[in-house]
Amino acid sequence: MFRLVDETSVDTLKLSIEGREYDVPVGISVAAAVLLCGITRLRNTPVSGSPRLPYCMMGICFDCLMTIDGFPNQQACQLEVRENMTIEIQQGAAELLQQR
Amino acid sequence: MEYDFIVAGGGLVGSSIAYGLARQKYKVAVLDGGDRSFRASRGNFGLVWVQGKGWDYAPYAQWTGQAADLWPQFVAELVNETGVEIDYQRSGGMHFCLNEAEWREREREMEMVRQHTGGAFEYEMLDHDRLQQQIPQVSNTVLGASYSPQDGHVNPLYLLQALQQGMDAHQVHYYPNQSIDRIEAKQGGFYTHSTEGTLSAEKVVLCAGLDNRRLGEMLGMDIPVVVDRGQIMITERLQPFLNLPTLHVRQTAEGTVQIGYSHEDVGLDDGTSPSVLKKIARRAVLMFPFLARVQLVRAWGALRIMTPDHNPIYQQSTDCPGAFTVTCHSGVTLAAMHSGPVAEWIGGSSRPDLINQFSTDRFNVSPG
Ligand SMILES: Cc1cc2nc3c(=O)[nH]c(=O)nc-3n(C[C@H](O)[C@H](O)[C@H](O)COP(=O)(O)OP(=O)(O)OC[C@H]3O[C@@H](n4cnc5c(N)ncnc54)[C@H](O)[C@@H]3O)c2cc1C
Ligand code: FES
Repeated sequence: MFRLVDETSVDTLKLSIEGREYDVPVGISVAAAVLLCGITRLRNTPVSGSPRLPYCMMGICFDCLMTIDGFPNQQACQLEVRENMTIEIQQGAAELLQQR
Repeated sequence: MEYDFIVAGGGLVGSSIAYGLARQKYKVAVLDGGDRSFRASRGNFGLVWVQGKGWDYAPYAQWTGQAADLWPQFVAELVNETGVEIDYQRSGGMHFCLNEAEWREREREMEMVRQHTGGAFEYEMLDHDRLQQQIPQVSNTVLGASYSPQDGHVNPLYLLQALQQGMDAHQVHYYPNQSIDRIEAKQGGFYTHSTEGTLSAEKVVLCAGLDNRRLGEMLGMDIPVVVDRGQIMITERLQPFLNLPTLHVRQTAEGTVQIGYSHEDVGLDDGTSPSVLKKIARRAVLMFPFLARVQLVRAWGALRIMTPDHNPIYQQSTDCPGAFTVTCHSGVTLAAMHSGPVAEWIGGSSRPDLINQFSTDRFNVSPG
């Protein structure tokens, strides 16, 4: 659904989304990368479990929370992609109180 | 004169006083600054805090205890009049001790407050096991905590909103963006000058926080004000894990966690600094390790209005009778006192026993 505005030779890096490897352009946000890779949901809401995609793309709505490199509740639109990043769809509320 | 009272400043202190005066049927105006003013009332931690207060000054220990005891009634009336819920809970409160030295120091201070109040202040020192029974999330590195059932907390922004609605309900005229440039005492009253013009009143109460020193000089009062910056961080919302506030970490009714406690002398700068925020965060993570994985959503700095001995100042000017000031730290905790007994003292209907202990005379002890 989404594609790059300018598709002429961009540098890319490798990262994984839900265990699958993708090549994405350097310098874009995680949210943009997820959209570019054709992923159709990046989290499920804690209350009804309904699927979500980024909404504002500018750090305001918190609709883009994902688990990134094992850390839950990361705003995907506010983070730049890095080589070997591990990106996971977040299911509901993160269990933040678990660890002692 | 247009008003019985002009209150300079519409933070928690000015709003508490104005609300209390208006409830005595006085005609009151509040002149306040704007969004660029320094406003501790919009940047504080929200503790209604007793433990440790006044360990080195008995009247302040007693005063704080009385204030906290007035809170339940104060909230009931305020909520009843305004319909604004302010998330007040007298849940008890804790101060964590990370090592033996902190524990001993804390125990000594708590005991002094108990003695100063003739036993009215109640506390317990909880060892790690007892602490962990109450708060399972606490880290094993925390040695223990001081606990007092008399502490509590509140949403300080809702408190301010409620007080301002209470003012409105009692016909207080509130003038925002009208910082007072100058005050004159003449013709048996007081005239305040701001860019918007002049207002007059029989009496005036200086509650302008850090500006009280400057305004006081115009009315023959020497009000020593000391600036003390604190920085606070807020996390994303979490499942409830902390059912009472601690001095450094507090979970709000909405689920966010406030992390704080720093003191800095940096003049009139209410910004933040990474080095201090790092220290605050590190201490919080020592107390609750899971916080390391939690997202911060905001951080800010705010300036405390301190006095040289940290105790409040309640003073009527000797040169210009009818001019008062209320200058203090802990304006959240003392809000119940200010809107009640202190407003009644200023209104002229009663005089709290302890009020003389908080006059500026205490700073004028001549050397030798
Ligand atoms: C980080 C931090 C944490 C804190 N935590 C707690 C806590 O947990 N519990 C507690 O009890 N207290 C706490 N405090 C203290 C508490 O916030 C203050 O005691 C209280 O807010 C002071 O209220 P105030 O109205 O005197 O001052 P302010 O809120 O600073 O209000 C002063 C007002 O006066 C106005 N003003 C200034 N100059 C003029 C002028 N010339 N003319 C007219 N208006 C003027 C300003 O615009 C402002 O609105 C904390 C403070 C800080 C900074
Ligand atoms: S999409 Fe709105 S905060 Fe990220």
